Amino acid sequence: MWQEFKQSIVVSIWFVFLTFPLMVVRVNTMEDLVEWRWMNIAWVAIASFLLSYLWRYMLARKQVRKKVEEEGGDTRSKLQIMLENESLRFKAMGVLLVAALVYPQIFDTYQTTIMISALIYVVLGLGLNINVGLAGMLDLGYVAFFGIGAYTFGILNHHFDVGFWMMLPVGGMVGCLFGVILGFPILRLRGDYLAIVTLGFGMILKVVLENWGSLTFGPSGIANIDKPGLFGLDLSLANHTIYIYYIMIALVVFTIIVTNRLKNSRVGRAWMALREDEVACIAMGIDMARTKLSAYALGAFWAGMIGVVFASKTTFINPASFTFMESAIILSIVVLGGMGSILGVILGAFILILLPEYMRAFSEYRMLIFGASMTLMMIFRPQGLISGLRQTYLYKGAKEEIDNG
Amino acid sequence: MKKMTVLISTLALALSLSATGFAADTIKLGVAGPHSGDLAPYGIPAMKAAQLVVKQVNAKGGVLGKQVELLIQDDQCKPEIATNTATKLVSDGADVVLGHICSGATKAALGIYKDAKIPVMSPSATNPALTQSGDYPNFFRTIASDDIQAKLAVEFAINQLGIEKVAVLHDKGDYGKGFADFAKKYLDQSDKIEVVLFEGVTPGAMDYSSIVQKVRRNKAQALIFGGYHPEASKLVSQMARKRVKAIFISDDGVKDDSFLKVAGDAADGAYVTGPRDLSTIPLNAAATAEFKAEYGAEPGAFFQEGYAAALALLNGIEKAGSTDYDAVTKALRSEYVETPVGKVKFDSRGDAEGVGFSMYKVENGAFTELK
Amino acid sequence: MDYFLELFFGGLTRGSIYALIALGYTMVYGIIQLINFAHGEIYMIGAFVALIVAGVCTIYGLSGVAILILAGAVAIVYAAAYGYTLEKIAYRPLRGSPRLSPLISAIGMSIFLQNYVLLVQTADYLPFPRLIPDFAFMEPVAHIIGSPELVILVTTVVTMILLTLLIKKTRVGKGMRATQQDMNMARLVGVNVDRVISMTFIIGSALAAIAGVLVASYIGQVNFYIGFLAGVKAFTAAVLGGIGSIPGAVLGGLVLGWAESFSAGYISSDYEDVFTFGLLVLILILRPSGILGKVTKQKV
Repeated sequence: MWQEFKQSIVVSIWFVFLTFPLMVVRVNTMEDLVEWRWMNIAWVAIASFLLSYLWRYMLARKQVRKKVEEEGGDTRSKLQIMLENESLRFKAMGVLLVAALVYPQIFDTYQTTIMISALIYVVLGLGLNINVGLAGMLDLGYVAFFGIGAYTFGILNHHFDVGFWMMLPVGGMVGCLFGVILGFPILRLRGDYLAIVTLGFGMILKVVLENWGSLTFGPSGIANIDKPGLFGLDLSLANHTIYIYYIMIALVVFTIIVTNRLKNSRVGRAWMALREDEVACIAMGIDMARTKLSAYALGAFWAGMIGVVFASKTTFINPASFTFMESAIILSIVVLGGMGSILGVILGAFILILLPEYMRAFSEYRMLIFGASMTLMMIFRPQGLISGLRQTYLYKGAKEEIDNG
Repeated sequence: MKKMTVLISTLALALSLSATGFAADTIKLGVAGPHSGDLAPYGIPAMKAAQLVVKQVNAKGGVLGKQVELLIQDDQCKPEIATNTATKLVSDGADVVLGHICSGATKAALGIYKDAKIPVMSPSATNPALTQSGDYPNFFRTIASDDIQAKLAVEFAINQLGIEKVAVLHDKGDYGKGFADFAKKYLDQSDKIEVVLFEGVTPGAMDYSSIVQKVRRNKAQALIFGGYHPEASKLVSQMARKRVKAIFISDDGVKDDSFLKVAGDAADGAYVTGPRDLSTIPLNAAATAEFKAEYGAEPGAFFQEGYAAALALLNGIEKAGSTDYDAVTKALRSEYVETPVGKVKFDSRGDAEGVGFSMYKVENGAFTELK
Repeated sequence: MDYFLELFFGGLTRGSIYALIALGYTMVYGIIQLINFAHGEIYMIGAFVALIVAGVCTIYGLSGVAILILAGAVAIVYAAAYGYTLEKIAYRPLRGSPRLSPLISAIGMSIFLQNYVLLVQTADYLPFPRLIPDFAFMEPVAHIIGSPELVILVTTVVTMILLTLLIKKTRVGKGMRATQQDMNMARLVGVNVDRVISMTFIIGSALAAIAGVLVASYIGQVNFYIGFLAGVKAFTAAVLGGIGSIPGAVLGGLVLGWAESFSAGYISSDYEDVFTFGLLVLILILRPSGILGKVTKQKV
């Protein structure tokens, strides 16, 4: 007890020291003013004192859980157990789908627009989930493919008046093509190298979009991109929004079905095996280059496709929408939600995109909380909000396999 | 935690819903711009200007006998958020909109207002295409467009400074590259001057020593830069360090006290364009005094333009006798109104007549207007 | 010829800054195979703390090179403290977890630290007092290499020598080399691995702070966002040179500095970052472990 108290006091003093120059002193070298915010010392001291207790408690709990796990105990949360119950899962999905379908009828255009943004991130998250969650390849430049899709539509629509429906698959395919082209030379690279190279791709794309003015209109972007057409009908703003909303719902459902099927396919299992142990995988005869490339290209396909929807939803695109920050947000959706878990990714997207919309008051602190929660999540809940359900095969005496995935 | 988030989002939902229940007997003035994030300093002054104007107008009995209601929405200057913001304002029933602040966000949002037939007036979006493309008949602005700045800078370099070789640089951004492109266009039209270098620099790069050396190598007598003050300060400091003597000419994005402070002595002798000095206009003095009385501080960027836009929009409705789209836009184009940026009406494209730029010179750590 | 020399020294200055930051990446990576994504923010915090110290001193009437040294010293102490705390909080609890976890934690910390400085300080660019005087003897060559560049180069060389001595001669350095070769073996022969890791973060962060102070006084402005791009570039330099290799980080930094300087000087600065990352991809294709990196065979 006393020991803990002493420890917390030390932590508290350390943090007061650590934050002193940045939190107490504020120098304005423009006006030659110094502001001393002494009160902040007290806040830091109290907060770090209390947080250190919480920190230790959480770490201890994590240890306990780990121990239980090692002894073969059940550490799944109630939610997790509920999700593993198949019939319940189907019912829940049905309810969700109905709720999603009536949503725009109940809420106004603004709410629907925000929901469309969230759904766009759901699909992006699911797409990146193929790379990061399933195949274990960290992609820090995922937004590049999103941008490629959006610009493919923007440019072709501007010059040749190509419509949305035509471009939806084309955008995906162009994204996929770029995924193959870019992915090919870098597949030999191991995880961390891959991360930095993909980050480089993201930055290269932005520079190219900014500078290749004759094709991309440079930093001023492309405006007046067509909204998706519906048999040539002239829709009002409200109806258009609802229309795009339904397109997005369809796309989300489509993505979920495809990724779910992929997960349990031959190639999906190869991805997961590759994620767990590359060397063992190659030894088992899995073609690493092809498997990795397929994951990379498929992830890029989704990003490209959804880029088309994004361009046609905002009707305006410029390079500023495709920055590293976007890649980081998509990545955190995947990580926060739970790598490899479809439901987790959906939940992650809703939390990260909708909460800031509704909590404008906290918008200043949004990125701060965002960064901190990424770290905390990794420490205390590395599997994310909902961990990926793993196909488990039980061997029960006789040759009877029970799939309780 | 999860329950908490659900609770909060439901609450927020309920709140935003109840806010949409409206009464029809007010005039709704939407205000959109960055009110949070790093660009907030550009949006908040215009928002406060609108609040001051509305307070005054309502105290005098409102417009057409109705009270004016403000609908304020944040767009963080991001195009993708601006479309959400615009949708929100449209669905809340805004009659006219003051905003947006950034050109990109404005461009993204304008289509939505156009479809909903709402006149929009920006105090700060200077992108020339907004009015010149003819795509947005519902768009007006109380600030001059970038090409006028570029033209002023080029003419100044040729006629006043007698420059024969010039380097044009930009920050690869919407605003900076736009300015640089226009400058190049006007420079190419003149045969007295030659563009020896046209390039973009990377904002946030560690230093610009290569590009500064390149300016010297090409024997440019002047450097026209399109962009904002952080890059401009870096450029002029490095030019001073490297003993490059080219005269620095730049735009309104650089006419900021930060430029003077950060670049220090190196800024001396630089020229920048900026909105005309408005201190002689009586209404401007009154508006500034009003702001100081209310908030106890100097108003920030685009306060006068925002104030002017709010006055012009409400005047348009008053003169039109209704909030009907066609009547209001017609009134805006035909009726003069006294504002802090002068007595203005709008031309057929939506630019304010009688609003313009001046050239400023940095002397002894201050901007001096050149007549 | 003058133009070539101008670009050469421009690239050398930039490259030595990259090298100083890259050392932190490479040392950490060599020992725990982690990309310390938040390293760029440590560099930024170093610059900011120096700005605060220098600002307070100037406002209270002090001036001159003494401030620069004081500001530098405080910045080094604080950057080291932040680096140490960062490792304790964000990376140590994750030791032994899958490779992605600490990397994501690092990205989170990078975002956190950026916004922390943004919130408690300011979003504006702040002028950094000009503390390096123009030496009279440099005047004839000032257009090629000025006094600040000279200070940067001299400081970098001295720092490198000290670092080499530290690693080759001292107990800590030996412990670091042992841990890098084989962590478990080092533990067996009595190296306190936890302490070595902490020391690595402290040394790396101190180097980043030196770079931060040098850049701030060279460029004359500081902002919460300067760490991101510098960090990415320095990391690229570390990978170029062969991550894990200390001479590699220095070489990678210089190569990158020259590549950027010459490509901007002779071709165009429009596509600056494209050259940088293009070079990275090219080198990684030809030599997947960088210029001086050892090809490591993974044992099963």
